Amino acid sequence: MSNITNQSLSEILESIKSKKISSLELTQAYIKNIENAKKLNAFVTTTFDQALENAKKFDNKPNNEQLLSGVPLAVKDLFCTENVKTMAGSNILNNFVPSYESTVTKNLWNNGAFLLGKLNCDEFAMGSSNETSFFGNVINPIGDHLVPGGSSGGSSSALAADLTPATIGTDTGGSIRQPASFTGTVGLKPTYGLCSRWGIVAFASSLDQAGPMTKTVNDCSIMLEAMSGFDEKDSTSINKKKETYSKNLKDNIKGLKIGIPKEYRVDNMPKEIDELWEKGKKILKDLGAQLIDISLPHTKYALPTYYIVAPAEASSNLARYDGVRYGYRSQKGKDLIEMYENTRSEGFGDEVKRRILIGTYVLSSGYYDAYYLKAQKVRQLIKKDFDDSFTKVDAILTPSTPSSAFKIGEKTNDPVSMYLNDIFTVPVNLAGLPALSLPAGLDKQGYPLGLQLIGKALDEQKILNIGYAFEKNCGYKNEIKKWWS
Amino acid sequence: MSKEKFDYFINGEKGKYEVVIGLEVHAQVLSNSKLFSGSSTKFGADPNKQVSLIDSAFPGMLPVINEECVKQAVRTGLGLNAKINNYSVFDRKNYFYADLPQGYQISQYKNPIVGEGKVLLDMPYGSKEIGIERLHLEQDAGKSIHDMDPSSTYVDLNRSGIALMEIVSKPHLRSPDEVNAYIKKLRTIMRYLGTCDGNMQEGSLRADVNVSVRKVGDKNFGTRCEIKNVNSIKFMQMAIEYEAHRQVELLEDGKEIDQETRLFDTKKNETRSMRSKEDAHDYRYFPDPDLLPLKLEQKLIDDLKKSLPELPDNKKERFIQEYGLNSYEANVLVSEKEISDYYEEVAKLSDKKLAATWMMGDLFAMLNDKGLNISNSPISAKNFAELVQSIKSGEISGRIAKEVFEIMVESGDNPKKIIESKGMKQQSDPKELEKIINEILSKNKDKVEQYKAGKEKLFGFFVGQVMKLSGGKANPQLTNEILKKLLKG
Repeated sequence: MSNITNQSLSEILESIKSKKISSLELTQAYIKNIENAKKLNAFVTTTFDQALENAKKFDNKPNNEQLLSGVPLAVKDLFCTENVKTMAGSNILNNFVPSYESTVTKNLWNNGAFLLGKLNCDEFAMGSSNETSFFGNVINPIGDHLVPGGSSGGSSSALAADLTPATIGTDTGGSIRQPASFTGTVGLKPTYGLCSRWGIVAFASSLDQAGPMTKTVNDCSIMLEAMSGFDEKDSTSINKKKETYSKNLKDNIKGLKIGIPKEYRVDNMPKEIDELWEKGKKILKDLGAQLIDISLPHTKYALPTYYIVAPAEASSNLARYDGVRYGYRSQKGKDLIEMYENTRSEGFGDEVKRRILIGTYVLSSGYYDAYYLKAQKVRQLIKKDFDDSFTKVDAILTPSTPSSAFKIGEKTNDPVSMYLNDIFTVPVNLAGLPALSLPAGLDKQGYPLGLQLIGKALDEQKILNIGYAFEKNCGYKNEIKKWWS
Repeated sequence: MSKEKFDYFINGEKGKYEVVIGLEVHAQVLSNSKLFSGSSTKFGADPNKQVSLIDSAFPGMLPVINEECVKQAVRTGLGLNAKINNYSVFDRKNYFYADLPQGYQISQYKNPIVGEGKVLLDMPYGSKEIGIERLHLEQDAGKSIHDMDPSSTYVDLNRSGIALMEIVSKPHLRSPDEVNAYIKKLRTIMRYLGTCDGNMQEGSLRADVNVSVRKVGDKNFGTRCEIKNVNSIKFMQMAIEYEAHRQVELLEDGKEIDQETRLFDTKKNETRSMRSKEDAHDYRYFPDPDLLPLKLEQKLIDDLKKSLPELPDNKKERFIQEYGLNSYEANVLVSEKEISDYYEEVAKLSDKKLAATWMMGDLFAMLNDKGLNISNSPISAKNFAELVQSIKSGEISGRIAKEVFEIMVESGDNPKKIIESKGMKQQSDPKELEKIINEILSKNKDKVEQYKAGKEKLFGFFVGQVMKLSGGKANPQLTNEILKKLLKG
């Protein structure tokens, strides 16, 4: 039983169901792991007492009919959790305790899971390395000098280090897929509107989407099934029948058409990324899929478009953090304006301020048409590229990131190089599509690399199936030495 | 009446100036809950008792449109003869203030729910059409309270998120009187529709007033100033008077008018600068990504149109046609829906024309005296109709009717009962009247002689005597006829 925590979620669920392990034993095992992994700085808040309480409750009256029966889960600290601190990696929400539960986490708890703790993340999910968090950077279990990716870096780190059996993150421009890629785990950004945004601290409303981060594709389908669903409290939520992704998971992908976009072969891309992509193509081809060259001509505009749209929305979404009603308030200042200025100066970190400034600028009168409006038009073209391609193919295969995990501090003084990390992931958010990042291999340093499968809107089942088949034939396995404990 | 008599011009040394006014009216939508949250909109609750997590902009909260507010806006648009836009967009208007929790107001900027329309005003010089530029939906802000503590400001968010309709007029208004008529007409229309209670004391209806002046005959508009948030018609008129004269003085002195936002100080009766054009906020409008564009199906619009009540302009026409009223009477009687309902109930049961005269005369005077509305009138429409009918049938005279009316106000009694019990019935039996008249004539033989000799003025004397003898109950018309006949004989 000692190594229960390095098993997949589905294996753990099986063990609980067959009473090989109790929910309490499972929870205790994770708590032990978490206490031994403080060096990773993956958790900002733990809810051990509450978790143990819930585990006992489950063991006393086990209900094994649920998707996540008796499983403790840690979640990104961007999800509001009732009576549990929710701080979004920011000083401005330091010690903020919501009186409400986000729809997505509530869905998890309604499926039998319970909260283990809250996971560190980049401040307001703005970052690709988890270095912008007010609560300190998170370390990648792959190596003590490596970033875990971002913004869901606490989630990827905790998952890879066996501190939670599965987790959830949010993905605005790659914040699930890039950290998954950096830690050798599976991450899915669902179709925009599949998971409710209600109760998630907002970054960029038209791009934000919650999704699962797991060790296997099967786990991913279970988590997605549990967390998704229509929510009338979110006007952008899609009203459709709930799907049973895990039950319908199939590894037969014979005859499926896989698009290979030529624009994703970018300049200066490391050779090993290219090789990884080739490997992926070969695996899918060997499984009977048909590879088709496609073109997504507006790809090169995706990153600049993203860095206009996302900061614009963020500058407005973050206006509510003014020190008036909740969160951090500066004690300095002689009037309302000074209170605002001091509160926001002291409450926000540099990256958040940078994006608020960019966002405010691109929405300003005189600049709106040149930046925001144009970006929205380009966004439509990017979406159209995908729509056109999906008349010809079932899914698209690309690398997840242009590199493996980089060193802590390596890019902190070069925001543009940091932003470039999202080059393969942001087009998907702009188009509102689902995309799955799968661990696919290692670079020459032995760091994990991921491949991305992009699907049609609401075609999660198909990319999960392809991922499932890929996973079985890829032979990738995370071998992480627990150097921290 | 000639238009010239009513022209509102300001005379300066250098010429005559015309005032150009446009209004942005903020009308609170009548709805049980707020525009994007389920909080109650009831007026008068304790501070911060009607505030949801959405209204106070907690992290992760999202707006969901209240469909009833959308319908109310469409109804109002239809009432303003306006184009309803099947596609409209909610935008964020970004600015910081303590009573604006989100840091932005959700409003409609480029694509409002209602487009161009018009409102007809009945002015003494005829009817005047005022163009409507647009109507859009937006959230109200909370309230900052500065006078409760010497060093702190308190914030009440009960109003935060309540739905407002901003109704923007074209710059078609030319005088404080027209502004008065315009606001009243808008209010009447919205009250008929049940889309806004128009209660200015509670802040349900307020306006930003745009004022500019130009020399009479000039084609171009002058530089305008916007007077923010004026909450009574009287203050609007005062503010316009002050502002127009201020602008004329500047022009007369050869100075320029700065485009700016001004406040009206009701204590000093003057406007003063709030912020100049240079200091104007950059609101950074952009479509709210939390809300999808609002798409209205034509069927919804058509259904709302079909279910619209009869509106004042139509009702006025009908009153003229159906009840034979003149334009003035019809105008007064449709000015409030409750008045028109009362009138119609009375007119159904009595003489239509006489009913109008008595309502607009004695009934309104009494209500005004007592500070009452038609809806809490001490005289029911049914009783009032009976009174009118008693006059019409000759049962009582107009003079007696006034006495009956007084008693009805005090007692609330039915007029028939009062007339019976007090013996106030008019004497309309020709035989009885002839008896009385003969008695008078035989008592005043000398006067009869004089009358017959040509002193016809004495007729009035005989009538007076008849009235006196009958205790005022003699039917005046019948008295005249019989008197004439007997004096001839």
